[in-house]
Parts: sequence; C-alpha cells; structure tokens
Amino acid sequence: MRATGLARPAVVAGGGVGPASTKTATARLPRAGGAGGAEFLATLRAALEQVTDPEIPVLTIADLGVLREVSQQGERVQVVITPTYSGCPAMEAIAQDIKEVLRRHGCAGAEVKTRLFPPWTTDWLSAAGKEKLRRYGIAPPLGPAAAGEAVAAPRCPRCDSDNAERVSEFGSTPCKALYRCGDCREPFDYFKCL
Amino acid sequence: MNPESPQRDLFQYALRLGDNALINGQRLSEWCGHGPLLEEDLALANIALDLIGRARLLLSYAGEVEGAGRAEDDLAYFRNEREFRNFLIMELPRGDFAFTMARQFFIDAYDCFFYQALRDSADSTLAAIAAKTLKECQYHLRHSSEWMLRLGDGTAESRERLSRAVVELMPFTFELFAEDDIDRRMGEQGVGVDLQAVAAAWNDKVDAVLAAAAMERPAPAFTRTGGRQGLHSEHLGYLLAEMQCVQRAWPGLQW
Repeated sequence: MRATGLARPAVVAGGGVGPASTKTATARLPRAGGAGGAEFLATLRAALEQVTDPEIPVLTIADLGVLREVSQQGERVQVVITPTYSGCPAMEAIAQDIKEVLRRHGCAGAEVKTRLFPPWTTDWLSAAGKEKLRRYGIAPPLGPAAAGEAVAAPRCPRCDSDNAERVSEFGSTPCKALYRCGDCREPFDYFKCL
Repeated sequence: MNPESPQRDLFQYALRLGDNALINGQRLSEWCGHGPLLEEDLALANIALDLIGRARLLLSYAGEVEGAGRAEDDLAYFRNEREFRNFLIMELPRGDFAFTMARQFFIDAYDCFFYQALRDSADSTLAAIAAKTLKECQYHLRHSSEWMLRLGDGTAESRERLSRAVVELMPFTFELFAEDDIDRRMGEQGVGVDLQAVAAAWNDKVDAVLAAAAMERPAPAFTRTGGRQGLHSEHLGYLLAEMQCVQRAWPGLQW
C-alpha cells in the first residue's frame, strides 16, 4: 500500500479466482482459497497501481486516489475507480489501461466499476503524488478541498516564491488553474482543490 | 412502463437533467476556439466539458432506469426535438459573450442550489451524481458571477450588452421553477427537489449579483415555457443537426 491512505487494501472475499474468459487466464490464476488468491490480488493491485494519468504521466491512479478497490468475490475480480472530473477525457484512457493490465494478468473478464460516491477530491492525493507534481512543474493543491478556493497563492514550483498571481481559474485540463510567478515571471499550472 | 409509474417518473426526471446539461454543454462548446481571450476560451471549453460529463452520467442512468436498452449515446444522438426535455434557456443561440455569460450565470446559480438539494435525494444514484456535480457547479458559478461584475461594472458597451442579455433571458427563467406532476410525485417520494426552495435561494443570489454589478433586475411582462413538454424553439433543431449528424450518418460509429 502506498502512503495514499485512500485506496483500500485488496479485499479477498470468498474463495480463489476462478476461470476468466481465456485459457491463459485459467492457467495463470491461482487455485481457489488460501494465500494464493491474496497473493495474486496483491500482484494485480501492484500492477494496477502503476497505471498513470495520460495528461500528467508522473501521477499514477494510486497517487490520484482514482483506484479505490481491487477485490475478489468468488470467481469475480472487481476493480473500482472513482472519476476525477465529470468530463475528464483522461478517465477513458485510464479505464482502457486498467483493462489492458487486467488482460495481461488473465482477468479479461473482470469488472471495472465506476463509483461516484463519495465524490473524488484532491484531498485523496498522496503526499508522494503532491511531491511528484511539484517536481514536474505543477503546484500541488493546497488542501483541504472543503476550504474552497485556495486562500493563499500556491508557491511557484520553479523558484519556490510565494509571490504568484492567478491568471485564470481554468487551465489546459479540468484539474488545473493558471498562475504566474511574480519573481521568476514564469507561468505555471496549479492543481486546484476540488 | 405505466405512464405514471415511479420508474417512468424517475426516467423522465433523470432525462430532463441530462438534457439540460447536454444542450447547455453543446451550446457552450461553440465558443471553443472563439473565446475573447485564450484563458476564457479554456474556461468555457472546460465548463462545457464538465456539462457533457454530467450529461453522460445522467443519460446513462436514465437509460438504465428506462430498461429499454438505450445507452447514453442512443439518448443523445437518436432522439428528435420533440423528445428532448431541456429548458428553453439552454437551447437559445449563444449570442454575444455577454449573453453567454448572463445565461451561464442564471443556470450556474440554479444548478448550485438544485444539486445541493438533490444530494439528499432518496435515489442513491441521483444523490451521488449530485454530490459530484455540485463541486463543479460551484466553480462554474464563481466564474460566471465574476463576469457579471466585470461586464456590468465595465465599459458603457459591456454594460449595455449585459443589460440587453439580462432582459432577453429573464422571461426564460420562469421555466426553471415551474413544477409539474412529475416534479410533485418525485418530491413526495423524496427523490426530487423542492423547486420553491431553489427559487428562493436563486432569487437572492441573482439579486445580490445584479446589485453588485449595479444592474437593474428587469420584471418581464411575459414568460416562455414548454421545453419539458418537448415544445422547443426553432433553435434546437439546428443544434441537434450539428450534434447528431455524425451518428445519424454512420449509426454506431466509434472513435
């Protein structure tokens, strides 16, 4: 488990993983019951946690808090994700990548479920994810989201100045706002609170 | 389905909300590449994207409730004008920038209060969609309110244009609060929202922002309704023609 505090640990319910839709699947899946199932889920989960956001490739879906659950109910493997913004096109790509990981692990028949409630919030971003954002040149959200619009200006991810001004609450993707640093004069994106 | 069954009502309820978001989103997307400045172009496109995303959630759910095998795309691309249930205000041509912003302001304020109330819906899917949507409505409203102040308190021309837009739009706002049997039955079941409560909050917000923009609130002599009965203005057909033409020409086409 990463330091996200958001994705729940893999839930192993019932017996092992049964045959998925392909022969490879049956061959690769562990037998019912016991540690094999839990081990397989942990491996699957670790692979799913590597899926990245196509718009911000330094962030994984685990960093983002999009990956909520990897579980197994009897013979069925289920992956639950919570979308970030309603219309974010990255979610389509993420869902495709998840399906690809599932296929590689012989779970092509697994269900990828979208859970809307509780709604996604930037409070779910891991500390590691925030640091990756900053190093990538995007100022991480100044939480908590419930406080609404950021009261303080984010620090410039390039020169760390706190003398930044907002240019627009909207940016190149739904999750970002546009700022300009008053010291180094560079524009930068801020991953806004939601 | 029985025409007055709870399932039928729920289908209509979700469909109306989905249609509002879809038509508003489609209208707003017309600004993409034409915004008055780059930042605003991005803002309008982002807001349109949120609206289309919301429409997808609601229309998918409507199709599920209907149980006739219609998915979000079937509902969006294969219905004609008379089958759309959006408010008339959503389909009005985009007009100038002041008209677009005044319309967004009226709609964003409505959506904020409406979805805030819908979070408590007895229908768990509508409640979940509302909780997700509300977060987005709040920054939409912040954006359109700021423009109301900027345009109303700006130059003589921006003020004149905004004032004309407000006068033109006000008659269409009555429809937002006109309750019908479906609203009443959904309200009784704890699924729907009390529109009178939404109206009170909306009126206060509109009064406050218009006052801050030093604008008069016009008292319209007439009102326009009919969208929820499928009686639309001539503008909707053109919008649908553009939005639906690809799917109509190549049904089932996927990117």
